[in-house]
Amino acid sequence: MFTRPERFAIYYQRTMMEMVSIGIGSLPIVAIISLFIGGVTTLQIAYQLVTGLVPSSIIGSIVSDSTILEFAPTITCLVLSGRVGSSIASEIGTMKVSEQIDALEVMGINSSGFLALPKITAALFVFPLLIMLAMGLSIWGGMMIGDLAEILPSEAFIRGARSSFRGFTVTFSLIKSVVYAFIITSISCYQGYYTTGGALEVGTSSTRAVVYSSVMVLFADYLLAQLLL
Amino acid sequence: MIELKQINKSFGDKHVLQDVSVTFKKGRPNLIIGASGSGKSVLMKCMVGLMQPDSGEVLYEGKDFTTISYEDKKLIRREIGMLFQGGALFDSLTVEQNIMFPLNMFTEMSKEEKHDRINFCLNRVNMQNVNKLLPSEISGGMKKRVGIARAIAMNPKYLFCDEPNSGLDPITSRVIDSLILEITEEYDMTTVINTHDMKTVFDIGDHIIYIYQGKKAWDGGKDGITTADSDALQEFVKASVF
Repeated sequence: MFTRPERFAIYYQRTMMEMVSIGIGSLPIVAIISLFIGGVTTLQIAYQLVTGLVPSSIIGSIVSDSTILEFAPTITCLVLSGRVGSSIASEIGTMKVSEQIDALEVMGINSSGFLALPKITAALFVFPLLIMLAMGLSIWGGMMIGDLAEILPSEAFIRGARSSFRGFTVTFSLIKSVVYAFIITSISCYQGYYTTGGALEVGTSSTRAVVYSSVMVLFADYLLAQLLL
Repeated sequence: MIELKQINKSFGDKHVLQDVSVTFKKGRPNLIIGASGSGKSVLMKCMVGLMQPDSGEVLYEGKDFTTISYEDKKLIRREIGMLFQGGALFDSLTVEQNIMFPLNMFTEMSKEEKHDRINFCLNRVNMQNVNKLLPSEISGGMKKRVGIARAIAMNPKYLFCDEPNSGLDPITSRVIDSLILEITEEYDMTTVINTHDMKTVFDIGDHIIYIYQGKKAWDGGKDGITTADSDALQEFVKASVF
């Protein structure tokens, strides 16, 4: 797969298109999920911290830390494995069963590289951006719900978030997002590329891509936490 | 010229091709005929490198396609045009982009030259005003014609057609047959056609190879097919004609 592209300009063009497809296409779902995760986390932490001994600003601290460390990268990528993974596997799987991949091969094009490389490269660039957006929106969502539900004022939320903030957590989260991007796109491309049969098998490949990449994302989550924290 | 020597291919215990040796004529359509499951599609896939034969040689102008490096294979593949059974047009690209695809990948043509070439190829297959349509917006016969246009875009030396008439009505089938014959003669290509359409065989079958249970059972021209001394072939011909 990682061979020299036949025509760099075309690979570049395809990578840009994939970045738009993965990035812009995933924006609405990432935004909705992030806002709700932040809001719900604030509500649930407030519910658990009923004692007056703990300052309410701790809610901001917990919401931001858990969002940056876990919710934004992992939950978002699990959702992306559904949206992006199934789309990649079904697209390549359909190309496989309708002989479009054979047509590429007969033309003398390295089909695996031509199809997978732009998708993987695009995801490696776009996933971290989506995760950063998810972090921001999730924390903002938590702060807004805290304010609207009169759990804690925005100032206290921000004070709590800033008090526990460590720069490495963001770096760790971005490392996770890059690893997840590679896992999701490579597994999905593989499942699509090795589809045999017809429409039923394309569906099976798509399902398998989502399931395998989700499991591998969780496994990588554990491994990275063990290694880097 | 394409030459096959002692091609063997098995899938598990099933011996799909057994010692198939053929020389395909240049400038004429070469037809591979046989019943479904006889091994003709596997033979074509071995010829274009989509499958690797277990043993034997696939010679393009004397170069063995099965043993040369991947980079050398790519060079030969650029001289190959192939029409697939379902057209195999890229769904996400328009008709024009489909034909432009190999030109973009392998040529240094300017935009104008590419458009001229696209229009020439589309005119050659008698198609106009379809440049901006997607494959999903055209009929099966049109897909085949666009497939031929894409296959000839790079001026190939070898043209492979896998069941070019499958799923087409008899009139469109004859149009596709005559188109393949015209293009083969016009560009002096070595054309190999997989088919079980006997009308195609009698129309354009200058050189016919009959595959029966993975073996080459008969090799000859359309004039000799009805008097061939192969029982299996006679049965195949009678079943197809009557």
